[in-house]
Amino acid sequence: MPVARLKVWRGGDDGAYEDYEVEYEEGMVVLDVVHRLQATQTPDLAVRWNCKAGKCGSCSAEINGRPQLQCMQRMEQYPEDEVIQIAPLKTFPLIRDLVCDVSWNYKIAKTIPEFQLTAPDQDGNRRMAQIDIDRGQEFRKCIECYLCQDVCHVIRDHPDNKDDFAGPRFFVQLANVAMHPLDTNPRRDTVDHGFGLEYCNITKCCTDVCPEHIKITDNAIIPLKERRVDEFYDPLRIIGRKFFGKK
Amino acid sequence: MAAPAATDPIERRYGLTHRVDRWWVEPLLVGSGLGIFIIYSGISAMLGDRWAFETENGLYLSPFFEPLIHPGWLPDWFSPALLILWAPLGFRTTCYYYRRAYYRSYFLSPPACAVREPANSYAGESTLPLVIQNAHRWFMYVALLFIPILFTGAIKSYHLPGEGLGVGLGSIILTLNAFFLMMYTIGCHSLRHWVAGGLNQFSRTPLRRVRRQAWEVFTVANEHHRLWAWVSLVGVGVTDLYVHLVANGVITDPNTFTGPI
Repeated sequence: MPVARLKVWRGGDDGAYEDYEVEYEEGMVVLDVVHRLQATQTPDLAVRWNCKAGKCGSCSAEINGRPQLQCMQRMEQYPEDEVIQIAPLKTFPLIRDLVCDVSWNYKIAKTIPEFQLTAPDQDGNRRMAQIDIDRGQEFRKCIECYLCQDVCHVIRDHPDNKDDFAGPRFFVQLANVAMHPLDTNPRRDTVDHGFGLEYCNITKCCTDVCPEHIKITDNAIIPLKERRVDEFYDPLRIIGRKFFGKK
Repeated sequence: MAAPAATDPIERRYGLTHRVDRWWVEPLLVGSGLGIFIIYSGISAMLGDRWAFETENGLYLSPFFEPLIHPGWLPDWFSPALLILWAPLGFRTTCYYYRRAYYRSYFLSPPACAVREPANSYAGESTLPLVIQNAHRWFMYVALLFIPILFTGAIKSYHLPGEGLGVGLGSIILTLNAFFLMMYTIGCHSLRHWVAGGLNQFSRTPLRRVRRQAWEVFTVANEHHRLWAWVSLVGVGVTDLYVHLVANGVITDPNTFTGPI
């Protein structure tokens, strides 16, 4: 039976990496190995998990420096002699071991404008055409693992920006609201409020780490930036508004 | 939004990153590629008349000089390329893909994902000078004008005055160059948005449905924007070099024309 050589962060801010060796079997993922470590050697190891199927977003961590879900990384991908380093997310305050306090995200979530739906049709129903809702389906795949928030250098390397920057996960949510076919919330509320959209410099790390393969940058952030351009920077629209008073 | 305390114990202790893969390869290659193109195109453009950029009979014209604007009042030292290149330079500099490329490779902001950037503060594109990136829409409108201009130049290269139709390797290169630049331009995020990205209800009118279909076509090109950015960049550089080499008699253009090129 192969043996995994692990280097796992233990403790809080003043903690340290500790080395472990854990036997594993074919088909196991990193989270399985962490669980076996917890069951056999370190019963006090703190690790957050739930579904073990890549759908709950609980077991986010940094494996060999890359923000990933522990449950989606198969052990076969690592050479047997490679030390696998498992660290907590670095963008959020560390509680202990592999568990972080991600509550900052919940505070941001409360600031995202809610839908303001159009009035229902005469029969009391609201209708949407498939062609209108296709684009938003992608945004609703988000599992809130916060890997995109973790990897975003705007807050990862500059925590002070957390005052002004919502982060990629919430740009996805903003795009979902702003592009919804039945939403009547004025576009300015969602697009022009800011949420630090202009802090994003399109380095696409959020897209790279998304386990749901949401094209966060191309389909959410850049379209939101372009809506701002529509409002403030497009020369044709500026001229049009000047002469025809169109919005 | 209250900012929690900055907790970064691991990186404080262990430096830039914990990544064990070769994360530095991509920014190094991208930075080198962009650097080579910037140096080459700068030299080629600045030389102007001192390095022939058009064949004697006008069959081939370097894309750096297309359309040729050469009024008599221009001083000899002023290259006509400078009247042209501001547009593609502005378009590419403000392009969402190239922003990613040079922010990573030159500004190290960040050099790669989950690799700490060296700057102590960061305001992104919220302040001058980077707020100017919003001018991408302006440059996109100008870039659209260049596509028919480049295709016109390419089509002209199939007709030698006094001889008629024919084809040369240069004609094919000029045509491919126009095609590559067209693919790069129609994959532009700003153009994709302009076509229909600002709409929320595509189904409301027939015109909106057509715009939605166009948006889907442009989305296909947009998904490969990085590829077309590089293909078109290399393509325009190779085309410029080829025309210069033919125009200066360094190489001979294989073609079906009987007269001199």
